[in-house]
Amino acid sequence: MTRPDLLRVEGVTKTYPGVVANSDVSFAISQGEIHALLGENGAGKSTLVKMIYGLVKPDQGRMTLRGASYAPVEPRAARASGVAMVFQHFSLFEALNVAENVALGMENPPPMKELASRIRAVSQEYGLPLDPARMVGDLSAGERQRVEIIRCLLQDPKLLIMDEPTSVLTPQEVDILFKTLRQLAAEGTAILYISHKLEEIRALCDEATILRRGKVVATCTPRERSAREMAELMVGATLTPPARAGGNKGVVALEVADLSVASPIPFGTSLKNVSFRVAKGEVLGIAGVAGNGQDELLLALSGEVKAARDAVRIDGAGIGDTDPTTRRKLGLVAAPEERLGHAAAPDMSLVENALLSGAVRQNLTRNGFIDWPATERFAAAIVADFDVRTPGTQVAARALSGGNLQKFVVGRELSQSPSVIVINQPTWGVDAAAAASIRQAILDRAAGGAAVVVISQDLDELLEIADSFAALNEGRLTTPRPVAGLTVDEIGLMMGGAHGMEVAHHGH
Amino acid sequence: MIRLEKRPSPSRFWQGATPVLAVVLTMIAGGLMFAALGKNPFDAIRTIFWDPLFHPQFASYSRPQLLVKAAPLILIAIGLSLGFRAGIWNIGAEGQYIMGALLGAGVGLAFYPADLWFIFPLMVVAGAFGGWVWAMIPAILRTRFNTNEILVSLLMVYIAENILSSMSLGLLRNPEGGGFPGSRNLSQYPAASNPEMIAGTGMHWGVIAALMAVIAAYVLLQRHILGFHIKLAGQAPRAARYAGVNPTGLVLLCMGISGALAGLAGLFEVAGPAGRISIDFNVGYGFTAIIVAFLGRLNPIGILLAGLLMALTYIGGELAQFMLGLPAAAIQAFQGMLLFFLLAVDLLSNYRIRLGYKKEAI
Repeated sequence: MTRPDLLRVEGVTKTYPGVVANSDVSFAISQGEIHALLGENGAGKSTLVKMIYGLVKPDQGRMTLRGASYAPVEPRAARASGVAMVFQHFSLFEALNVAENVALGMENPPPMKELASRIRAVSQEYGLPLDPARMVGDLSAGERQRVEIIRCLLQDPKLLIMDEPTSVLTPQEVDILFKTLRQLAAEGTAILYISHKLEEIRALCDEATILRRGKVVATCTPRERSAREMAELMVGATLTPPARAGGNKGVVALEVADLSVASPIPFGTSLKNVSFRVAKGEVLGIAGVAGNGQDELLLALSGEVKAARDAVRIDGAGIGDTDPTTRRKLGLVAAPEERLGHAAAPDMSLVENALLSGAVRQNLTRNGFIDWPATERFAAAIVADFDVRTPGTQVAARALSGGNLQKFVVGRELSQSPSVIVINQPTWGVDAAAAASIRQAILDRAAGGAAVVVISQDLDELLEIADSFAALNEGRLTTPRPVAGLTVDEIGLMMGGAHGMEVAHHGH
Repeated sequence: MIRLEKRPSPSRFWQGATPVLAVVLTMIAGGLMFAALGKNPFDAIRTIFWDPLFHPQFASYSRPQLLVKAAPLILIAIGLSLGFRAGIWNIGAEGQYIMGALLGAGVGLAFYPADLWFIFPLMVVAGAFGGWVWAMIPAILRTRFNTNEILVSLLMVYIAENILSSMSLGLLRNPEGGGFPGSRNLSQYPAASNPEMIAGTGMHWGVIAALMAVIAAYVLLQRHILGFHIKLAGQAPRAARYAGVNPTGLVLLCMGISGALAGLAGLFEVAGPAGRISIDFNVGYGFTAIIVAFLGRLNPIGILLAGLLMALTYIGGELAQFMLGLPAAAIQAFQGMLLFFLLAVDLLSNYRIRLGYKKEAI
């Protein structure tokens, strides 16, 4: 069956100062096709779809939509041509309800009552039940994504672009989403699906275009390739999974018992009776859909948010009400998810940022006076050990790419010979090779006797490095279980299943 | 079309060059204003910037005035700059200056006419304490009840001004002053006075305190972990909490230092150049110091230079009023222009200006 091409991209090139984001990229999507755009972080996927959605203008090359030349100057023009996009990061107002949020994204919104009934109709038709009157602040991440999808569907798109849609979903929610996408494709809507999750792509997509360093390196039919083959095309190298020492675990180093704290973040999730223990040499992986208390758990463990004294214990001593400095002295290091502004000060140099959390354990001050030469050596050692690509240690943190800054931040914490390590999203935004080396470094610290808590939304990562596994769901933590023998279904249920979202597919 | 592009790292060149550019632009715009007022702009600029130092007739009077005016500005601005760096906005230095002067002078006058060596040192301590207490009020209200320290510290100025009037009419009024408002003249009470140390230079204890404050602030910001935490809290508050900075402690510390330094400035002024408490004792040093702090880019060395420059425009401005008949409002507008241009061209250190059409809309 040959279907007519809906969108053709021919020889598109986009250069930013110092980086070629896309170089001579060509591919085509036909009507009703689910087309995967596959590549590592920084491979140029985002730039490419931004050009299709009218956010960025290509330097060279051309695009055609249904045979006609297509060069959207802004997203509005793209939407008018039938191209819609669901972003990875939602643009929703938490204090408004679903219908109001949808109306804000429309050119000429109909009256609220009519819009609400249209939302209901579309959500029923595509198996995405959603109450238009509910406040977005109260919705789960999966339901928020539905708001974004329904906002797109109301425009009756010919091409729907989805950027990493499953990063915020549980496995069960992913199933519901895939059903919807297949139904849309069957009705003739083309879907451009961006991801780096290979199994999903094999399950869902008809065709895949693989990008590496801004170039198309392969096109393939995902069902006919193994995930490993595609991964190697994507990375361009043979991947070696991290090696781990066999696990005789020591005594309990970090104990959290009945930890409850109110979230300091507006619309955040408060922690409710969180309990777990991590022994020396053990890696506890904590999964969960974004916004289920991960940030709060890190803050409560790092000392930025205080709790009851005995809710957090290190080596038996209660530290729940102490500040970050005291905890660092006891050997606890923490790496928050947000790099710029939380883990690092954007306008300060790498040397100053090394001092930021390293001052206590690295003895970088004497009577309060900073030992700058020692701090510089510490920063230089992090840069060297963790392969941080930077012109020097005097560069401002904000000048580094996200992945490089992540390597610096994680490296800074791991370089302090910690006895307890808490990391939120350790490999967020770094390329596969660097991610592998970060995971290896974490495992090495565990092998050296550190108790490690890794909070991550990447299930594959957790299953690869964790000894035991738990999930955060609406601020509650499930009882940790050994990773060995866990199935994906069980993990999904631990993460909250489908969050009460029913599959409402009608047989069309 | 003109557009701004964020630099990857702040430009070191422009960080140093913007104050100079701001002064030049102020001279141009101020010159146009003076011309519009019917004065020769070159004469006016020369009278403001050159004559106070080098005029054969007036310089002998106005040159010592430079240090006398610059010292309180620098001393107050140094304190304010620490808070401003940490994102703590003490706008009420004028009130802290008044309270330092009142408490310091009050302690001195309480000993009148005893001649004891410790009176002046005790007044210095009392002056700093007076300013510190006045700054602690907005600080504690902020840390306890989350009030806005900008508003509270500003309103505390008006309270201090009323206390000053009441004191110069009541408790501190000179019993031998024939009923006129105002206290005894401390410069005529050697144990409590802050005299000019070398005749004709304007040098007094306040100048020494200002220089010491500049050096101490420089060391604090460059070498000490506390200075690092102050900068961190201003630039990235969440990173500061992560680093272990206690926000409450930082507010109390920064407000306390700025209040104490403003109080000291008030004490040195009342015991030295002003000589006595009077209803119109305060002349706006506390507010002008805010300009000085920003003109000096919140950098101690910059503040030293900015304080001298600002003192020069004060003295030169008075000279221009007297010599050329320029209205006082024109001089104030001129000083306002200086801050305006400084803040405007400050953009250049973090952004570069690009001419031409936008390539893409993001």
